[in-house]
Amino acid sequence: MTVVRPYGDTTGDGRVQVSFTLPVPYATAPALAEGAALQLAAKMGLDPAMVVHAKGMGPDFTFFIVYGRVSHVVDLDQVTVAEREYPLLSPPEVNRRIRAALGRKLVVVGACVGSDAHTVGIDAILNVKGHAGEKGLEYYREIRVVNLGAQVEVPRLVATAAAEGADAILVSQVVTQRDAHLTSAREVAVALGEAALGEAAAGGRRPLLVVGGPRFDPAAAAGLGVDKIFGRGTTPREVASYLAHAVAGSSS
Amino acid sequence: MQPRLNLDPATVAAARELARRAGQPIVDMARTHTTVSVERAVLRLAGLTGADPDGMPWVNRLADAVRDSVGLEHGVALPVFDAMLAFGHPDLVSLAGAAARGTIRFIIPEGTREQAARAAAARALTAGFARIDAQRAARQRLIGQTAQPPMPWIYLIVATGDIYEDIPQAQAAAREGADVIAVIRSTGQSLLDYVPEGATREGFAGTYATQENFRLMRAALDDVSRELGRYVRLTNYASGLCMPEIAALAGLERLDMMLNDCMYGIIFRDINPRRTFIDQRFSRQIHARAGIVINTGEDNYLTTADAVDAAHTVVVSQLLNEFFGHEAGLADGQLGLGHAFEIDPAVPDSFVLELAHAQLIRELFPGAPLKYMPPTRHMTGNVFSAYLLDAFFNLAGLMTGQSILLIGMMTEGIHTPFLADRDLALENVRYVRQAAARLGESFRPEPGGFIDRRAQQVLDEAVALLRRIGDEGLLNAIAGGTFGITRRPADGGRGLDGVTKRAADYFNPAADLLERDQP
Repeated sequence: MTVVRPYGDTTGDGRVQVSFTLPVPYATAPALAEGAALQLAAKMGLDPAMVVHAKGMGPDFTFFIVYGRVSHVVDLDQVTVAEREYPLLSPPEVNRRIRAALGRKLVVVGACVGSDAHTVGIDAILNVKGHAGEKGLEYYREIRVVNLGAQVEVPRLVATAAAEGADAILVSQVVTQRDAHLTSAREVAVALGEAALGEAAAGGRRPLLVVGGPRFDPAAAAGLGVDKIFGRGTTPREVASYLAHAVAGSSS
Repeated sequence: MQPRLNLDPATVAAARELARRAGQPIVDMARTHTTVSVERAVLRLAGLTGADPDGMPWVNRLADAVRDSVGLEHGVALPVFDAMLAFGHPDLVSLAGAAARGTIRFIIPEGTREQAARAAAARALTAGFARIDAQRAARQRLIGQTAQPPMPWIYLIVATGDIYEDIPQAQAAAREGADVIAVIRSTGQSLLDYVPEGATREGFAGTYATQENFRLMRAALDDVSRELGRYVRLTNYASGLCMPEIAALAGLERLDMMLNDCMYGIIFRDINPRRTFIDQRFSRQIHARAGIVINTGEDNYLTTADAVDAAHTVVVSQLLNEFFGHEAGLADGQLGLGHAFEIDPAVPDSFVLELAHAQLIRELFPGAPLKYMPPTRHMTGNVFSAYLLDAFFNLAGLMTGQSILLIGMMTEGIHTPFLADRDLALENVRYVRQAAARLGESFRPEPGGFIDRRAQQVLDEAVALLRRIGDEGLLNAIAGGTFGITRRPADGGRGLDGVTKRAADYFNPAADLLERDQP
């Protein structure tokens, strides 16, 4: 068993720093405010704890910086690392892998299908503007994005994907009444399967089918006949990393 | 302001002339076309408000009905006011309801019917502009009763999605020192082809821009302005597919500043370039009338392109924004041209380069209330180094006389700012202001030195790029990926189907009033 504690300036001293805000006034009752901070620190496992900074913010709030010694230890043998089946890559690395694997740009066709007019999700992933501080797929030099927008009929999506030589199709579904998101995803998968049969005879390939939306269960990909599902909170970089991984394989 | 750089006046003049040459064909296109949103803005200025039971605004229902029967090439005003008179409707809401039920057949009237419709339209629009003029006067009155804060103005963002949560946050931010409150819009609103109605409590990473939300927030800031003895400004976004309508609502509800960039929607939201430029000209005419300061979005280019290599694209875009703004009637004092502190801190002399860029822009646009944006791209999650970088940003802003400082957050890119993040950010800018405000007066870059040469180099690069844009045409340059390294063809993107070439008898009483009264 390998056990460690936080390191301040001496092995095993367990010293940490935290900052937080409590909804208590400072100007009228500083001792009460600092006492409240120390109580929280104690419950967080800081013993002893010291409030080194307390500042009133407006009439109702106080900001604290607290140093203390944590009583907890970390057992490194007990650390579990959640394994993503693909590594999270930086944009240059995504570009490099695509270039190495394909020798050309990766083509992504995206759409909200059926009656869904909510392009928030697909735009957050595809538009340069991006989401959560990350640029969308348009920003990646080695990805060519065709964003069809909202209310796209499935045959048009599949036809566009074929015409553009898509490597991946991204389908976003926000509307979920009567499980519309599941129906739509299956519909695309079936249409794509039929198109791919014809293509396979001609030596073509089936593009990756990726669906996303807040109500999808990321573990349900196989049941829907899609290659990958992204759920709530997905960022463009995760999608780009997945695509680079999927086209480049695990060899690169 | 004393010039601090030895910019070649002939180069500066050439840059402006090249911007005019690049921009004029766009203006000519805007003057000969209209869009669904321009026409809906006319209806809003004529007093049409509200929505049908499904929440679709009456301006959309009415404009769509006109478009289906006689097209938009004549403008909506003549057929709408003719129908209102001919079918005896007391107001536009009543007419819109009937039109939505399909019971109205619109025509382009002639003779006395045309005269009557023109007169009724002119009366309605005159009343609309009287309301905007009254709001402009009310702003001046309130500034007189309180005080105009000294520059740089401190600009803070609120964005909860719920207008009733935004209001106390905005008031708290004002009490903590904010001079300008910006309410970030819900993600994706720019791509809606209608403006939602009423007070809203749900948004995605922001709050919908609606007329009622504008009114509620302005009233709350009026209260806090009186409490603080300092006029607190309100900002929103006149951008996206409904740009002209939102500009009209901003004028009617006394917003003070509006994000309104000539190319942002094209580059970052994939909105059709023609649609954007046509919508934008009308929007800016309304802003000019309403005394609204526009904020342009050049900072965004530096979030995709490299801040050193692409520094000249910022200057090019600012010169274009200035040309388009002046042409639409905006005064220098209404041109809040944007730029940003986005150079990679690992680059040697990064701060000195930032000073050169910021000082160049200050001297190119001496009368403009420049808006300076804090670092976002190189915020790594290390909040301690982020705080240091924000302090250097504040220092650069003060030394180079920037007018509006958007306050940087040490938790940029991690989460929406905590209360404490905002308080610490304000403490940062207060310290820098108190410690170094007078440093600017002694800031004299050595003639021919690093800063002086770098500024001249960026200007030279801007001139070369403007020359190329003038040769190939601005729409082609945008299609070729000149800005924000994103390619946007002139016939691509959203909203092109809402663009119509004006017929010879096109009638837009709002545009007529705006052009007639333009200073």
